[in-house]
Amino acid sequence: MRFRPTTRTFLVVGLLAALLVAGVASFYASSHPDGLNAVAQTTGFVDHSKPSATSHGPFAGYQTEGIGDDRLSRGVAGIAGALLVLVVGGGLFRLLRRRSPSDDPGEA
Amino acid sequence: MHVPDGFFDVPTSMATGVVAAAGVSVALRRARHELDDRTAPMAGLVATFVFAGQMMNFPVGAGTSGHLLGGALAAVLAGPWTAVLAITVVLSVQALLMADGGITALGTNVTLMALVGVAVGWLVFKAVRAVLPKRLALVAPAAALGALVSVPAAAAVFTLLFSVGGTAPIDTGTVLVAMLGWHTVIGIGEAVITGLVVAGVVAVRPDLCYGARPVLRQRPLEVRAGTPS
Repeated sequence: MRFRPTTRTFLVVGLLAALLVAGVASFYASSHPDGLNAVAQTTGFVDHSKPSATSHGPFAGYQTEGIGDDRLSRGVAGIAGALLVLVVGGGLFRLLRRRSPSDDPGEA
Repeated sequence: MHVPDGFFDVPTSMATGVVAAAGVSVALRRARHELDDRTAPMAGLVATFVFAGQMMNFPVGAGTSGHLLGGALAAVLAGPWTAVLAITVVLSVQALLMADGGITALGTNVTLMALVGVAVGWLVFKAVRAVLPKRLALVAPAAALGALVSVPAAAAVFTLLFSVGGTAPIDTGTVLVAMLGWHTVIGIGEAVITGLVVAGVVAVRPDLCYGARPVLRQRPLEVRAGTPS
């Protein structure tokens, strides 16, 4: 029989993977401009961008204010952002869900 | 592909804001049918995973990078209407907390990545799933194809918006060629990540993958010898 984790195990492992990517692996991400920014540079409209109103926030630019170490600064910001998405998204989806017992044929 | 403040004029930013708000309000009603006690936590995880994935810029050559947009991935795993909301939450947190993507450009970014990215990714996935044999192993390749098309599609819509309401007078053809060129390559990365993640979920818990459920339903019941009646 194939490996079939419980829903709880699946969610915990998935969350750990997401936090590892946001908190650790993302330090090794490419720092080159992304596709849109590269196009904006080569075709000449990059100068039209304005700094965001939130550019002085504590996690602006995926850096944590007050943490000098680059790796830690980005890691903390990434985990903070990921957890905020989890709380806001998870809360929203919990609020929206159907309360009645699932009639989904996919239910195991 | 996060649009900063200043790329688009005020009327275009307001128009995309209205489109985004309309799309999100429809999604708020329709997502209810995709969410239950079991799938709601999965949808929260999908949103979190997309946020993390968007931090992982991968090089695509010549000093340029790309990152996961996640529209196709979220749609296949959590359902298309839930995906619209998941990507919108990700983009909102990025704009408000990380200063990634402008505040006045939030409507534009939601339109490009949460509406166009999800819609194209999901519709291509559905079309491919419809023509392929109904096998679980083919769910991930179908998702990858949806992801592959979704990125240049969003880039094309960006260019269309830029030709209408861009603040810089740049030739539309030049922008289109550059946008489609880079975002086709980025789309390959999007397809690889989406395919691998969907394949991983389908391998261990296919019932948690929204896009795999019609295939699961068609799978004949297994008859096992020696099972006591």
